[in-house]
This record gives sequence, C-alpha cells and structure tokens, in this order.
Amino acid sequence: MTTHNSRLVHVAQVQQVAREIKRFELVSLDETPLPAFSAGAHVTVTMRDRDHVWRNPYSLMGSPLDAKRYEISVLRVPQSRGGSAYMHRNVGIGSVLEISAPVNQFPLSNVGRKHIMIAGGIGITPFLAMLAQIKQDKRNFELHYAVRSVFDGAYFDVLRAADLPNVHLYRSDRGERIALPGILASQPLGTHLYVCGPQKMMDWALQTARREGWPDESVHCERFSAQPSGKTANVKLARSGKAIYVGEHQSILGTFSSDGVDAPSLCGDGQLLHNDHTLSVNEKLTGERATTCATRLDGGSLTLDL
Amino acid sequence: MLVSGNKSRPIYRGLEPDTFAKHNIIVTDGDGCAAVIEMAIAAGDAFSKRCTVLLCTKDLSDHERDESVRALGPATVWFFPTLETLLTRLDGMLRTARMGTRLYASGSEPLIGSTVKTALAHGIDHRSVSTEHRGSNKRRVQCVHCKGMTEDVTSTAVRCAHCGHTLLVHDQYSRRLAAYMGVRADAEVLGETPASIGVFQ
Repeated sequence: MTTHNSRLVHVAQVQQVAREIKRFELVSLDETPLPAFSAGAHVTVTMRDRDHVWRNPYSLMGSPLDAKRYEISVLRVPQSRGGSAYMHRNVGIGSVLEISAPVNQFPLSNVGRKHIMIAGGIGITPFLAMLAQIKQDKRNFELHYAVRSVFDGAYFDVLRAADLPNVHLYRSDRGERIALPGILASQPLGTHLYVCGPQKMMDWALQTARREGWPDESVHCERFSAQPSGKTANVKLARSGKAIYVGEHQSILGTFSSDGVDAPSLCGDGQLLHNDHTLSVNEKLTGERATTCATRLDGGSLTLDL
Repeated sequence: MLVSGNKSRPIYRGLEPDTFAKHNIIVTDGDGCAAVIEMAIAAGDAFSKRCTVLLCTKDLSDHERDESVRALGPATVWFFPTLETLLTRLDGMLRTARMGTRLYASGSEPLIGSTVKTALAHGIDHRSVSTEHRGSNKRRVQCVHCKGMTEDVTSTAVRCAHCGHTLLVHDQYSRRLAAYMGVRADAEVLGETPASIGVFQ
C-alpha cells in the first residue's frame, strides 16, 4: 500500500503470453530471496520515464511456495494512463524495476470450506497463485475462466492442457458463458466466491451472489482498473498550514509525495468521490475519513488534518 | 474491576432479514423470540415461509411457548429443552446446508455466542450471522486456570464450577470459545476476595 518498502528487482525473463499480454519474471538483484507472499497478493511497480511516474499494481501469479522469483502479467491497455504501454515498450530482460512489498487485499479465506474462482481475461493472474496454494493444501475448489478468444486469454492453453477436473474454460467468441446462477445455487455452506476481471463482470457476479442469498462476507473481489478522474480542487492541510492544488487526474496522495507530506489518515469537509473499497458505507457518508490514493474531489476545497 | 470498552466484546446489530435467502435458520430463546417475531412481521409471509426457528424453551411455560409459535406465523418452529440439544441439531442442519442459507441468533449472549461458534465450524464468517441481544445479561465464563466453563454467570466475583476458585469476570471475550474470561480474584492476596455483585442480571 505504501511505497516505503520498495526494492529494486531484475527482469529475468519476458514472454508474450497472449495478443496484448506479457509475462515478466522478476528476481532480486543480489540473490537474496524476495519477501514471502500469500496467494492473491499484488506488488505495485513504479515506472519512471523522464518526467512521468506510474505506479501500477500487478497480481503475483507465481507459486507462493517459491520465494526466488515473482511473476506478473501485464495487459497493454490502449486508453490507459500509459504504465502498461511503458512495461510493454521499454522493459525487457535485464531491466531494473522498482517494486513495493507484496500486499494482499484478495486473500483466500481460511475458514472457507470450498473456493469458487471466477476469472475474466487478465483477471486470471491472482488465481494462478491461488491454484498453486490450493493444490498444496488439498482444498476444494472450482475455477471458471472466461476469455474473449484463445489469442486474447493468457494461460488458456496451459490450463486446457493441464485438464484439471475442477477448471472450466469459456470462450466468448464461441458464445460460451459462465452459468453463474446455476453454479452459485448448488454450493455447500461455507463456500467462498472470488471474482477478478472487468468491472462489468464483477458487478454481475456480486449482484448474482446477492440474489442467490450469499452473504457479502463470502464474496471477494479484486479491482485493478484505474480510478475515475475528479475535478480540480484545492486541499488545505490544517495542521501544517500548507495548501495543495490537485489536478483532475491526480490523486491527493500523488501530490503529497511531490510536496513532501507524510499522510496516514485524515478528516475532510469537501464533496468527496471516494472510489475506494476499503472504507465502509458509513465511513464514506460521515466524510471523516478518506483514502488519499483513490478519493477524487467534486470541485471545491478540502481540509485535511495533516 | 471490569475493564469496560474492551474491543473484543461482540456488537449485536439487531436482526436483519436477507429477503434473497432461500432458507433462514433462526436460533432464539424466550426473550429473543420477540425480536424474531418483529423481524418476521416486517419481512412478510414470503420470508417467514422460508424460516426454520430453533426455539430454546428452557425458561418458557407451555402456554408462553404456544403463544410464540402462533405469533411466528408460517415459519417452521422446533422446540428444544436446553441450549445444548438445540446446538446439536443446528450443527446437523449446517452440515448439509447449501449456500443461500442465512443464520440468525436472538436472545442471551451465551445463546448468540454458541450459535456463532457453531457457524464458524461450518465456514460461516461471524459477521454473516445476524444477531440481536435480548433479555438477561448472563455470561458464559471460562476459568483461565482450569479452562472449565461456568454457565449462566450473573455476578462477579463468581465461583468456578470446576476448580472452585473465586473468579473476577472480565470483559475480554473469545469468539472461538463463546465465553468471557474469568481470572482468580485472590491471586495477589490469598483468601482476599471482593464481594460478589450481580452486574450481569
């Protein structure tokens, strides 16, 4: 979450795994093992290109049992802020990248009796790490993976060749769809659902789960799409007396790092567009807390207790 | 002596129906039943028809029991003379239940705690159980020395039902044990125990 624990890594291998997806294998510079991670974790990769800085989160897709290397897969998104295009264009074998320590906001439930994973496109990546962990723990699972076509879906062929009994593959160019209501209707109590994919797919999965009477605590989502932009605004820092200008596409946190402000949590009175999935609905309504990384402003000004 | 504001104390948010649930299992006792009836009336008959109520009739007269059943309308009601027998049945029901089954508990803290504890063993998150505290404030207390459980504790200090030590009842709660912590009251000066006060009536 923070960038304090960042480290430099070498790119040991790059492989084109689908039409717009490359897999990068990262190893430490000095043979020391990388920090251990749990299945579902991601790292934030910092990319610097002259005056541009991008910080993109990528799921660790390798086995959590292997601390020698991290593996990430990057989908090139044409209309993005440019980080994924930079990875595809400028990063090759031998490049040095700056990555954060692994953070897991999408862990497997420890109490769950069964685990159902729903993946769409590049959303397959955290599940590959989970598959390795689940195989080791001999846990009960099902994986449903939908791709646009075999050319667009990374690791589709690998999974098809492995022919695992609980892995189900779907190609939307052949009209194949995940029959989620049927899948959710017949699961034993204590089953957990995990969804990673395009926003529309996750909304659909959450809604279907609720309609099938699944408790929210049994449904887990991983969202990596870029935050929507806000309006330009002025942010006042009450304690230090600083004033900061936040642009449309900037995060409050982003302006902090360039202004040398250390930001833990805060208090606000502006019109906030929260955008995060960390705070509860009540916390968002009171406006007493906000995440400086995701929150955007609907114009006006905001005062923070910093 | 009680350390109040302990963060381990559960928060009971009140019963809330999940109208999408295909089956609702509701654990309750004489006092908690009023909350179940209020929820059933608010949610309507379509919801009640999908409810199975496990009612602990320990403190109820036959007349009160029959009144409760009438008030619960179209829900299926099963009676149990003790909480232990009720929990054995609940455990069996959860073993074969499917997702779409929601769990509710309303009544004393030991009843709610035991229901949540049983649910945890079946992979249900404790936050997924809808709970409402009604009636007595009695507690289930575990002696930290002999690990024995003392049921229906209404005062502190209290005598441990197993090792006989006089225990101060703390606010520290264990979800895994569904019990509060009891620590020897005369650990510093042997035989010097405070007067027992009925704070959990």
